[in-house]
Amino acid sequence: MTVEGTGLAVFVSTAVPSAVDLLAEVRDLAMPEIIVSVFACLALLVAAGAGPRHQRLAGWASLGGTALGLVSVVSIWIAQGRTLPRIGLAGMYVVDEFALLFKGIAVVAAAVTIAISMRFLTEERTERGEYYALVLFATVGMMLVPSGADLLSLFIALELMSLSVYVLVGYLRGDGRSNEAAMKYFLLGAFSSGVLLYGMSLVYGVAGSTRLVDLAVALPQAISANGDLVLLVGVGVALLVAGLAFKVAAAPFHVWAPDAYEGAPTPVTAFMSVGVKAASFALLVRILVDGLGPLRAAVESGWPGWDLSVGVLAAVAMTWGNLAALTQKNAKRLLAYSAVAHSGYALLGVVAGNRMGYTGLVLYIVVYVAMNFGAFAVLIALRRGTIAGDGIEDFRGLAARAPGMAALMTVFMLGLGGIPPTAGFVGKFYLFAALVETGDRWLVALAALALVNTAISAYYYLLFVKAMYADADEAGAPALATSPGLLAVVVVSGVLTLAVGVYPQPVIAVSGAAAERLEPAPGPKPTRNSAERAAPGGRAR
Amino acid sequence: MLPITNFILLSAVIFSIGAVGVFFKRNIITILLCIELMLNAANLAFVAFASYFGDSTGQLFVFIVMTVAAAEAAVGLGLVIAIFRNRETLNVDEANILKL
Repeated sequence: MTVEGTGLAVFVSTAVPSAVDLLAEVRDLAMPEIIVSVFACLALLVAAGAGPRHQRLAGWASLGGTALGLVSVVSIWIAQGRTLPRIGLAGMYVVDEFALLFKGIAVVAAAVTIAISMRFLTEERTERGEYYALVLFATVGMMLVPSGADLLSLFIALELMSLSVYVLVGYLRGDGRSNEAAMKYFLLGAFSSGVLLYGMSLVYGVAGSTRLVDLAVALPQAISANGDLVLLVGVGVALLVAGLAFKVAAAPFHVWAPDAYEGAPTPVTAFMSVGVKAASFALLVRILVDGLGPLRAAVESGWPGWDLSVGVLAAVAMTWGNLAALTQKNAKRLLAYSAVAHSGYALLGVVAGNRMGYTGLVLYIVVYVAMNFGAFAVLIALRRGTIAGDGIEDFRGLAARAPGMAALMTVFMLGLGGIPPTAGFVGKFYLFAALVETGDRWLVALAALALVNTAISAYYYLLFVKAMYADADEAGAPALATSPGLLAVVVVSGVLTLAVGVYPQPVIAVSGAAAERLEPAPGPKPTRNSAERAAPGGRAR
Repeated sequence: MLPITNFILLSAVIFSIGAVGVFFKRNIITILLCIELMLNAANLAFVAFASYFGDSTGQLFVFIVMTVAAAEAAVGLGLVIAIFRNRETLNVDEANILKL
């Protein structure tokens, strides 16, 4: 008894201080996530406690949580900017400018989603507090993803986000479209998680560690030491790239996106196309650039490199997304294909792999948040009473009924199309210029393809403008379902889209700071061109 | 002790059965089971490598994956019930309101 008692005392005396240390470390590194998690639980409690008529209280609580979370993210950046990057929790968690920027995007996406959801849920007659809690839980996942420094923490964060979003997509329980969208998104999402996980296990089997920093060192060594491992690493990396392509909805791994986007409640579609997409790109950058960066290019020992496959993914995603969008009648489905194309554009930054490319990738995601949320907010205002409001024909005559809304929708469409003087132009300019800067003729050709794609996409974005300004009004259509929150989102997004287009320097500076620690592709490109010339037909890039 | 390749080959076979099943099975619950097969193939590979390296990270990964798989099953079965209430069928080919 005494022996057991001493054992317990020893255990307590060692475990308690280490637990206290651990909690202090969590507090130092993950304060924004703690705040958002606490408010998510609070929203659940409010939802359970408040009567059916007061469910919106949970929404206000969640909005407060996102505001505090944003304050926390910004204060970490300002107060601890010089001590970044900070790595902790046994090397699994990293806080740097890249992570902080994507955490900021996640909380802003959550706040905007909640703001545009309130009126929408009333119109759907299904305002329940757990909706807001689920948005916040998904947001915690999105905030943890960019901080992942280990395959394990990345996987947990990804699943926390995905599982919450599956439920949100199926939130309209009685609506067959919402059910079906949730089922398709869930099955393909779980499938892609399995693919990603198997890739992780194979990569772990070669490297002997799941830390991204260890992978970056161990994998190239293993390949050069033992040529037989090339196959194992190759299969592992191919599965990782395929799984990531599923997550960012890059064609041909995008089949879930149009159905999930069309069937989900429109605010959730907006949340998916902005928040989930940004977090998925953070995951992609962490794994491909931080973990597998040294495997980017081909080497003599037979390693083929992943840059070719990502380049092909980008080209296919842009072209497929834009061509498929041309024939769509449903606005949500059209924006889903447009989101596939935008994934392709953003991947160009990873393909270029230089400082400008990474800056362009981050910049593009930031401006995409503003433009896409604006467009979806306008779409949500069209959902009212008995009108579904998600067809392009629902935009007819909007300029006569709501001139301000129509003007801002035009700004968003020009922005998504990449037409100056909007933010979309600045983002695309950076990405395309980064490709040209590499000097590699295949990458310059890819930039040319991207330009052609931009021209194609202008057609379907201008369809909305034509419907709003040139087509006749529907007689007797009810007024738009606006709310102060929704109007604020539309106006702020419109102002940002224009302001960043005219004066982009601050956003470029922030994006550059966030991308600064991403390792650029090593070696000058000209060496590679000369190698290709020396061995024609060796490897068609 | 068996060589590590045996475990990896077995896990690759299980993973392939799961992945092929996802595309060829039509019942949602069977597809869910196939996805579980894929996750467990990864688990097998993780424990095999963990034992090979004498490293605990792989075993840690397995516990996390099992937890995630349980959560995933909960969400998946919830969706299955919602769909069955609306449709009275669990065949994915009949889920065609949204055009493919």
